[in-house]
Amino acid sequence: MIHFVVHEDGDGVGVVVVEGVKSGAELTGWIMEQDTEIKVVAKSDIPIGHKVSLTDYKPGDTVMKYGVDIGKVVAPIARGEHAHVHNIKTKRW
Amino acid sequence: MDLSKATFWGFKRENGRIGVRNHVIILPVDDLSNAAAEAVANNIKGAMALPHPYGRLQFGADLDLHFRTLIGTGSNPNVAAVVVIGIEDGWTKRIVDGIAATGKPVTGFGIEGHGDHETIHRASKVAREYVQWASEKRREERPLNDLWVSTKCGESDTTSGCGANPTVGNAFDKLYPHGTTLVFGETSEITGGEMLVAERCRTPEVREKFMFMFNRYQDMINRWKTDDLSESQPTKGNIAGGLTTIEEKALGNIQKIGRKCLVDGVIDKAEAPTHPGLWFMDSSSAAAEMVTLCAASGYTVHFFPTGQGNVIGNPILPVIKICANPKTVRTMGEHVDVDVSGLLRKEMNPDQAGDALLECMFRTANGRLTAAEALGHREFVLTRLFESA
Repeated sequence: MIHFVVHEDGDGVGVVVVEGVKSGAELTGWIMEQDTEIKVVAKSDIPIGHKVSLTDYKPGDTVMKYGVDIGKVVAPIARGEHAHVHNIKTKRW
Repeated sequence: MDLSKATFWGFKRENGRIGVRNHVIILPVDDLSNAAAEAVANNIKGAMALPHPYGRLQFGADLDLHFRTLIGTGSNPNVAAVVVIGIEDGWTKRIVDGIAATGKPVTGFGIEGHGDHETIHRASKVAREYVQWASEKRREERPLNDLWVSTKCGESDTTSGCGANPTVGNAFDKLYPHGTTLVFGETSEITGGEMLVAERCRTPEVREKFMFMFNRYQDMINRWKTDDLSESQPTKGNIAGGLTTIEEKALGNIQKIGRKCLVDGVIDKAEAPTHPGLWFMDSSSAAAEMVTLCAASGYTVHFFPTGQGNVIGNPILPVIKICANPKTVRTMGEHVDVDVSGLLRKEMNPDQAGDALLECMFRTANGRLTAAEALGHREFVLTRLFESA
């Protein structure tokens, strides 16, 4: 069963596509472009549509998704944690 | 899906354009004329009023856009005939003359010197004639290249970027080689992916015009912003759905132009494209504004991917909703025309999802009502550029 999807190899975040992901759950991800699988253990409760980090990030790092820069890290994010507006911000505007 | 011999059934208009709907509209020039326009539409069954809040003391580029949008709406081939009502004769005539260039029946009425009662009486007589005349129009079989397809997404979430938007992209890649006329836009919502769109422009001239439009919009945002637009772009709904930054939203957004088609031209708001291919239209990313502009540019079918469940429709442009979020499909199913949530479970591939959308497009073009049409969504929202005088 697929719990999250990743656009392509090298992306630092995946998108949870099932409801009810709880901290501690072992998640299976599908890397769409390469059609391969990846596993990660959730370290937060993550709502459907929200992102799970696949990388340990520190503030100032750049987050890649679709193989492209989607913003900067503003608070530490561990692999498996919920990655969203509380720890990632735009580099524009 | 083999589209080489694909056809649809549409209404041929006087100027050769093909519509997929047969509306008779009562078009107010200004806010003051809404009451009369709605009274006429209430009197005459089959006529539809398009009320809106603007049209007084506008000037310059903002007034030009107002006229372009109203004339474009009346000229759209999904419209059979038009009654125009304005507070005075001058601007009313300007809109009537613009629509009359298509050759379709159009008559204008100014309220001053007559009052609402007499205007409603006279306009209702003309509207009745138009509705009966239009009701005898018959669809004819037309080649696919007579179809103009627009796209814009709304209340997007992360499932839009990996499901619903790539579905539109797959369909656009399939439609593009067959001489269709396509458009995308949402200028602010390209932010973070503008270099990818620039790379897809067919010529340096197109690329230069695209970057001019992109930078013009950035300048406008930078002039007025009070923060990083968090909660406006991305919207509160986008953020609730898991989108974090404008860059992430933009990269999902531009999945709608697929992987193969090139950007063949750039138009300003509500301008009509001059040849087939994929066009970029400078436009707001607000759903109803952008879809209204697509209708005014002459597009006849619209692809609208949503994640969190934007319920928008348009009075004259059928809006097909595509959704990949299983929760939205479950909780807001009455708004969804094409469910592609199977994409995220690997139960459907992008090729199958694109075909499902194209099948829905043909059924819609042939006359099947979209969910938004059946639910009565007729959002008609004019874009303003600046304050009235």
